[in-house]
Amino acid sequence: MTNRRQFIQSVGALAGMAALPGGMVKTAFAAGKEPIKIGILHSLSGTMAISETALKNTALMAIDSINAKGGVLGRPVEAVVVDPASNWPLFAEKARQLLTQDKVAAVFGCWTSVSRKSVLPVFEELNGLLYYPVQYEGEELSQNVFYTGAAPNQQAIPATEYLMSKEGGSAKKFVLLGTDYVYPRTTNKILRAFLKSKGVPEASIMEEYTPFGHSDYQTIIAKIKKFSAGAKTCVISTINGDSNVPFYKELGNQGIKATDIPVVAFSVAEQELAGIDTKPLVGHLAAWNYFETIKNPENTAFVKMWKDYVKAKKLKDAPVTDDPMEATWIGIHMWKQAVEKAGSIEVDKVRKGMAGQTFKAPCGFTVKMDETNHHLHKPVFIGEVRADGQFNVVWKTKGPIRAQPWSPFIPGNEGKQKL
Amino acid sequence: MLKFLLGLALCLPLFARAALDPAALMPFAGEDSAAKAEAVTALAGNPDPQVDALFRALSGDSLFFLPDGRVVVFDGERYADAATGTSLASEPESPESVIVNNVVRGALESAVALRGLAAADPAARLAAAGVLKERADPGFLPALEAALDRETDPRVKDALSRTTALLQLASPDKAVRLAAIERLGASRDRNVRAALAPLAEAETDPALKAAFKSALDAIDFRLSVANFFTNVFSGLSLGSILLLAALGLAITFGLMGIINMAHGEMLMLGAYTTYVVQGFFRTHFPDALDWYPLAALPLAFLVAAGVGAVLERTVIRHLYGRPLETLLATWGLSLILIQAVRSIFGPQNVEVANPSWMSGAFEIYGVVLPYNRLVIIGFAFFVLAIVWFVLNRTRMGLYVRGVMQNRPMADAIGVPTARVDMMAFALGSGIAGLGGVALSQIGNVGPELGQAYIIDSFMVVVLGGVGQLAGTVVAALGLGEINKFLEPYAGAVLGKIAVLVLIILFIQKRPSGLFALKGRSADA
Repeated sequence: MTNRRQFIQSVGALAGMAALPGGMVKTAFAAGKEPIKIGILHSLSGTMAISETALKNTALMAIDSINAKGGVLGRPVEAVVVDPASNWPLFAEKARQLLTQDKVAAVFGCWTSVSRKSVLPVFEELNGLLYYPVQYEGEELSQNVFYTGAAPNQQAIPATEYLMSKEGGSAKKFVLLGTDYVYPRTTNKILRAFLKSKGVPEASIMEEYTPFGHSDYQTIIAKIKKFSAGAKTCVISTINGDSNVPFYKELGNQGIKATDIPVVAFSVAEQELAGIDTKPLVGHLAAWNYFETIKNPENTAFVKMWKDYVKAKKLKDAPVTDDPMEATWIGIHMWKQAVEKAGSIEVDKVRKGMAGQTFKAPCGFTVKMDETNHHLHKPVFIGEVRADGQFNVVWKTKGPIRAQPWSPFIPGNEGKQKL
Repeated sequence: MLKFLLGLALCLPLFARAALDPAALMPFAGEDSAAKAEAVTALAGNPDPQVDALFRALSGDSLFFLPDGRVVVFDGERYADAATGTSLASEPESPESVIVNNVVRGALESAVALRGLAAADPAARLAAAGVLKERADPGFLPALEAALDRETDPRVKDALSRTTALLQLASPDKAVRLAAIERLGASRDRNVRAALAPLAEAETDPALKAAFKSALDAIDFRLSVANFFTNVFSGLSLGSILLLAALGLAITFGLMGIINMAHGEMLMLGAYTTYVVQGFFRTHFPDALDWYPLAALPLAFLVAAGVGAVLERTVIRHLYGRPLETLLATWGLSLILIQAVRSIFGPQNVEVANPSWMSGAFEIYGVVLPYNRLVIIGFAFFVLAIVWFVLNRTRMGLYVRGVMQNRPMADAIGVPTARVDMMAFALGSGIAGLGGVALSQIGNVGPELGQAYIIDSFMVVVLGGVGQLAGTVVAALGLGEINKFLEPYAGAVLGKIAVLVLIILFIQKRPSGLFALKGRSADA
């Protein structure tokens, strides 16, 4: 009879969800103070929910913590949460709703590049502010967006340099493996040009794409084995989402260890590892601007706050922190500082206030919003996966590095390097 | 340099048997991974048991260094000096763990293997020789030759002789090189081929050149055979997965004619049952954790069959004979089931680990056969046998076939058709649940699991011919093989498109699939 009960329970849960009034979150504050509304635009259902729900909750946690410290300009911050349901056109619709109906001061959201591209015209038309917290392929610069994730030169290129170094195993052959859409294609275009500039011959680069949700990696791994003969080979993976699990599983079962062919991934972080069996992954690499295992007081506090938050709110998210969550956290705090500097929530004034804004981030460095290019100066870390799903940092940059949203390795970008 | 270090390390124990040279351990207190790797390689030949302790600590992440540069081993309770093995008098202030990256780990593996060649157990020696096959440091050659001389086990001797042959290719002695080339000609390893090819190009001596050529030809032949069988196996594996995903649908859609869009969700329920059973075993029977998939099988069948029976009774039975409404209703049901699972287990994928007997692979003539795929191939045919038996050899199967072929007639002779409908739908759903257990072992388990398989399942059933079990089997295996033979040339994305185009063309030619029903029942 459990089946029927489960079924009834879930139907009840569904009805309950439908009845939620727009997902408003009210916080008690001193009477008479008009709250400042900000929008949260992350998919809470559909394929991207796996990654984006944690960001929504991180944003809510940041807002709680800001309110607990007196809010912004003495006013409480109120989150307006909407669910674009992993549906790219719906992102644009929801963004318009946030800006015109809810009149939010800023929006925090989007994950995939295609969702960002879909909301961009809305933000430009209505002069809104979007804080985008995920590493991406670059080749974009809007005065209405602040990019708090990494540009390719803050993730992909340092990771490749590491693999080519003696420390990283002096790789001579490179497999560029990705899911077939704009981010992996652009990143691999940049990496190919970068490798060529380092004197890697065409024959030593193999580029391979799989459809979204691909789950049978037998042939690709056989191909990688064939390709790897004779020289140290590494795989640079821009496989996105849950295809990573069958990929690493197959790799492990075929007996390829990280010491033979290391895989460096740009889309696998602690939250993604929480859902999978990490035994076959040990020793493989990821490049990010933040890892949970980094030791410093800011990070200890950040990790503890998230763990407590997950417990207190009984969230379904894994109690681990990762890079896009840190980027969300930085974004909201920088927005607060910029609003306070500007003394207003007006978009044009806040934008001016953002330039050169600094924040002591959980990554252990004081990160700075660039004066001109709307990207953060971020440190780069390379971590090896441990058996417990966390990362051992094996390499890091000396300090934050400036983003190059227009990669110098893509032809036609020569004139844009000042940005 | 390495040889010198190795020699030095070999001499060391003569002077100081009980302690390692602290200078040799210095790199472990530093940041430079390449230096650490070199230090490991240098220590490899040192027979001092202290080195074993050091290597164990290094691979177990329990090696630390102190601010004063001393390297210490932590055994879970206390710290001991890595050079001497004596325990520290007091707990050190701030021990920092020695970071081991892939370069160090690789050096460590081969160093440990080199020491393993001295093991008493021939199996351990064979494993060690296997590791050294992959990566042997040129500095190891003297130690390897010595090990080869004293080796008695023929299998270990064979593995070692290949490694030494690879290193001997650089020998100045022509006879040694000739023997090495001949030995390597018996290999089936791409890395050996890659090592030989440039040498063959550069070779000027005609005798050696001929030896190189015949060695390379022999390896190439073996590699192409292995490649062919790898493709056959990959195709069989993909086919068995398609078969498992589609078998349930072959009953609900194939036999009963219900356009069942919620079929994928039955797979998903089976996979989630596996997850729940795994969790239950983890907390209650941690010793028997390896056998949780077996316990999950009957439960997954019951859960999916139960949900299927409920759906049939509450929704689907009202829609018989109205395919469009059935399509919409089952699609709605699938959304409800997805959201229900999402509310209960969360939107994240859940972790289902392979039990140890399904991890890893064995190699036969250069073809790597992963255990999980082998088990799934076997399981697919097991489930197929069950379905065949139930449909063709039991009374219920007879009823099901009878009702599907001529409902009024079956009703007239007293078959309880409504109950048969429910049982048949539950059976199809339960079979899908079994498929879900298998899918959880190779892919992701998340609320959307079913969506990834629904299209493939319909493709298999339609291609095979609606209502034909044999057609489903041939279609699943055929699609798997075609896919895997196309993919190496066309790539994964184009390969998938090419398969779809082939299916469309085929259906144009034969609208009722591979195995069309003949006779009166085809019109029903």
